[in-house]
Formats: sequence, C-alpha cells, structure tokens
Amino acid sequence: MAAPSVLTHPALRFVALRLLYSAVVLFGVLVLVFALVHLVPGDPVRIALGTRYTPEAYEALRGASGLDRPIVPQFFGYLGSALTGDLGVSFRNGNPVTVTLLERLPATLSLGFAGITIALVIALPAGIFSALREGRVSDAIVRITSQFGVSIPDFWMGILLIAVFSTTLGWLPTSGYRPLFDDPAGWLRHIILPGLTVGLVAAAIMTRYVRAAVLEVAAMGYVRTARSKGLPPRVVTFRHTVRNALVPILTITGIQLATLLGGVIVVEVVFAWPGLGRLVYNAVAARDYPLIQGAVLLIAALFLLINLLVDVLYAVVDPRIRLA
Amino acid sequence: MTETRQGVSPANRDSIRVTSWRLLALNPLTLVSAVVLVTVGVVAVSAKWIAPYGINDVDVPNALQAPNGTHWFGTDELGRDVLSRVLVAVQASMRIAVTSVTFAVVVGVMVGVVAGYFAGRKGGWLDTVLMRVVDVMFAFPVLLLALAIVAILGPGVGTTILAIGIVYTPIFARVARAGTLSVRTEPYVAVSRAMGSGDLYIIRRHILPNISGPLIVQTSLSLAFAILSEAALSFLGLGIQPPQPSLGRMIFDSQGFVTMAWWMAVFPGVAIFVIVLAFNLFGDGLRDVLDPKQRSAIEARRRER
Repeated sequence: MAAPSVLTHPALRFVALRLLYSAVVLFGVLVLVFALVHLVPGDPVRIALGTRYTPEAYEALRGASGLDRPIVPQFFGYLGSALTGDLGVSFRNGNPVTVTLLERLPATLSLGFAGITIALVIALPAGIFSALREGRVSDAIVRITSQFGVSIPDFWMGILLIAVFSTTLGWLPTSGYRPLFDDPAGWLRHIILPGLTVGLVAAAIMTRYVRAAVLEVAAMGYVRTARSKGLPPRVVTFRHTVRNALVPILTITGIQLATLLGGVIVVEVVFAWPGLGRLVYNAVAARDYPLIQGAVLLIAALFLLINLLVDVLYAVVDPRIRLA
Repeated sequence: MTETRQGVSPANRDSIRVTSWRLLALNPLTLVSAVVLVTVGVVAVSAKWIAPYGINDVDVPNALQAPNGTHWFGTDELGRDVLSRVLVAVQASMRIAVTSVTFAVVVGVMVGVVAGYFAGRKGGWLDTVLMRVVDVMFAFPVLLLALAIVAILGPGVGTTILAIGIVYTPIFARVARAGTLSVRTEPYVAVSRAMGSGDLYIIRRHILPNISGPLIVQTSLSLAFAILSEAALSFLGLGIQPPQPSLGRMIFDSQGFVTMAWWMAVFPGVAIFVIVLAFNLFGDGLRDVLDPKQRSAIEARRRER
C-alpha cells in the first residue's frame, strides 16, 4: 500500500510515527491504570469505605464507580469517559476527579518549572565548564559535587532548608502556596525553598548529562576540523561544540521536567504544596482509587506529551534524526 | 603502565582480571566508596549486636538529649537512642534495597535477554510485546509507580520490596536487551550456533558473560536509587512500619523538633546520604573500568603521565 503523499516528507513521517507510538503507550498506561483498582486484593469499594461501611453506601459507591458492571463493558466505559475527560468521582467526597486534578495542576506546574529553571541555571555552566576541563581537578570537583547532589534525599534537604531559612532565620515561609496570578510576590516567596529543593537535585543530575553531551560533541570530527583550520578556541568551543551539544541537552531537559512533574511527591508533602504529588499521596493514604487512577493517568500522559514534544523539537533542530 | 599492557594479551586471561581490580583500586574515590560499602555491610549484618541500646527503649526523662558520651547520636522525643535506631534502620534499608534490586536484576535481565535474543526473527513478537510493556512502565515516574503499587497492596516491607523491584526492572531489561542485540551478532555466537549449540547454551555461555559489565554498573547505581526510594516511601509512612525504625520515618518524625534537636534529622539523613553516595561513586568507578571506551581513555591518560 502506498503511503499517503503527506507522509512522504521524512520529518512529517517521523512525527506521525512518534504520535502513533505515544498513542500505543498511552493505551498501555490506560490499561494499567484501569487494572489498578482490579488488582487490589479484596473489594476496593469495601476497603475504601473502611469504618464508614453501610450496605447502602457500598451499593451507591459501587454503582457510581461502575464497578458493578462486567469487566469488558466496564473497561470500554472507562476508556470512553477517560478520552472525553471524565475520570469518575472521588470515593471520599464524590467530587469529579478531573476538576480536582485541574485545580492541583497549576501548583505542580509552578514547582516543576521553577525547579527546571534553577537546575538549568546551575547545570548548563557547570556541565560545560566541567567538560571543557575534562580530567583536571576542576572537572573532578564538579563531578564529585554533582554526585553529592544526586545522593541527597530531597525530603531531607527540604527539611534542612526549612530549618535554616524559615525556622531559624525567618526569611521565608515554611510551607504553603500562593497562586502566581493572584499574588506574584507571595508566589515567589513560597516557591523559593521547594523550588531549590527540587532544582538542586535536578541540577546535580543534569550537570552530568550536560558534561557527557559536550564531551561527546567535542570528540566529533567537525570539531577537530574547526580547530585544525585555526579557528580561535573560543569560537570552536561555543559555535561548534556547545551549540551542537544543546540538542541532546534539550532532550534531557524535557525528560527531567517530565520526571519532576511526577516526582515531586515527597517535596510537595514536606512543603504542604497543594499539587498533584500531595494529592496522589493523600489519595493513596485514603485508598481513594478513582483519584489515584486519575492522577496517575494525568501524570503519565503529561510525561508522554513532554517526551513527544521533545522528540518532535529534536527532529526539527537536528536533521540527522528525521532523515535516519 | 606495564600491568595494563599485559592485560591486552589474550593468553593472560587472569591478568586481565587482576588489572581490572587494580584499575578499580587505583581510583581513590572508588576505593573509599568500596571501604564504606563494606563497612555499611558489616554494620547492617551486625546491627542488632552492636546497637548500644534497644531500638524502642523509651526513656522519657532523658528525651531530646544532644549527642554525648552515653548517647553518641543523642536521643529522640521519647528518649530512644538515635544511634541504635540508625544502625537497625540501616540494616532494614540495606535488606530492602538488596532484595528489591536482586528481583529487578533477575526479572529484568531475563526479559531483556529473551527480547534481545529473539528480536527481529522467529519469536520477535516476544521482543515487541516485552519492550512495549517496558515502554509503558517507563511512562510512570519511579515514585509514582511505587505509590500505585502500594495503593494496590497496602503499605509494608513486602510491598516496598516488590514496588522498588518492579520499578527498577525495566531499566535492567533495556540494558540487557541492548547488550544482547550487539553480542548476538558477534562471530563467536554464529560459530557456536553453527556447531549446533542450543539457544539456552548460547545465552548462558556467550551472551550473559559478555553483557555483564553494564549490568554490574547498573546494579550499583540501582542500589543507590533503591535506598533513596525506600527512604522516601518510609518517609511518607508507606514503607517500613513502626515500631520498626526506618531512616525515612525518623526524618519525618524529626520535623517537629528540627530547631531544638537537629541530631534527630541530621544523623538518619547523613546515613542515607553516605550509603547512596558510596553506591553512586562505586558504580561510577566500575563504569570507568568495565566500559571499554572509558577504560582505554583512562589507560591512555595514565600512559601520558
């Protein structure tokens, strides 16, 4: 069968393939998330109700969550409503899951972007510097410092930061969140400590990738050519080496951002940050399965979306990818 | 360096081993991290005997004491000895990390080798199915996936082990598959097959030994992440359950006392940090020695000096 003419352009075909692939993975994620509530040993509705159990409440919740239907129609029902944005209602308070998730999303996005910004501000110069001085003492210092950063438990760092900058010095609030658009100054004051906690750990991870990316490009033939035709070292470094290393760095930044959005659970708990992470944590503690399912689905979908965007950007920036 | 040159000769297979060990020991960071890890191992095994106090010996009159001669790490809000609790918690952490990573290695390598070995030929559908499952698992951030598993099975040590084990399985599957894909095209594999060796024999005799380098490195790094994940789960109250002490939970409990009893937060945190750092540095040192590209770079640099 001949491919449709639109798809003959390599870049478009690449994007189409990536879209298809993401859709397949998203479907797998949906199946897993749907299975979650069915893998619970025993009766999830009964467990969720706990001491509030009455036969009437049980029947009502089972009916509302669709768990009283046979499994196949139940799955297609879940699939259909999930695709239209309906993720069911909370076992705890009956609120629509989608609404709750959308309320929590801005706080997590704020924290994720603050963290990735701090990480980039540190990791870009540190990683490039380290790579350009490969094998020297200054390189070793950067590498070991980044190992330190990777090894610090984020919740511990958060607690220590609170102890120093909030409780002892009183410079910043210990916890809480202000929406960016209602109270920009309050938002900034509240986001500094959690942002640092997330950002410093991410910076440590990213420094290593930035260093590796620059080193890889520095070993390329065109860098040697540029150097041997007598270009000044600064030009070789910035125009040939660092500029080309930005492409893999872009990928890492995307993946790191995606990881941050789903990985800030503990930091959100430490700072009482009303984001998705703390929502998941509370939902797990309360056995609120529809909420857990919805949050897991949203975070995994965000993760896939960011990865897809990064891949597409990558193909736009680097023709070698789309033409391969 | 004479000993590194010797290693090149295929007649001296033992001397290659020796130089690997020696290269490893020549890196001071790797050596120090190895010593730390051995010490942690000894402490973990003997924690119950070397702990000066019982982990739940409540002594309220002596609560919140700063570190001193009788309580080296001080006491917590109930007068329990922080040192003893840290020692026993390290044991629990190590046990969970080692068990869960062993699970991840065994399952991940099995999946990865089978997928890689059959990729692109008869039985290739297995590769497609297994790797798509791995892709789906990669779509979940680690702690989120662990939390989802805890949500299913309920909190506890068993769940924590299973959750961390499942979460780190895909990475081993990917590393093992990549290694298998490149090793199976080697001439010696083709020769072995031509001589009538079965698939299982080839996997055991040729594939597994030749992909072990990156897997060993990944094991060390995964142990580091497993310790961090367990601490995070226990911090959230979903891992090790009281009265059994855990490093994560001790840090959680310290939150109310940070300014008046810094030792309650600092010592368990330092314990996690030191163990994780040692696994990370050791893994890095292993990579330098076991990765041929890195290794020749090191050797070249040594020769230049």
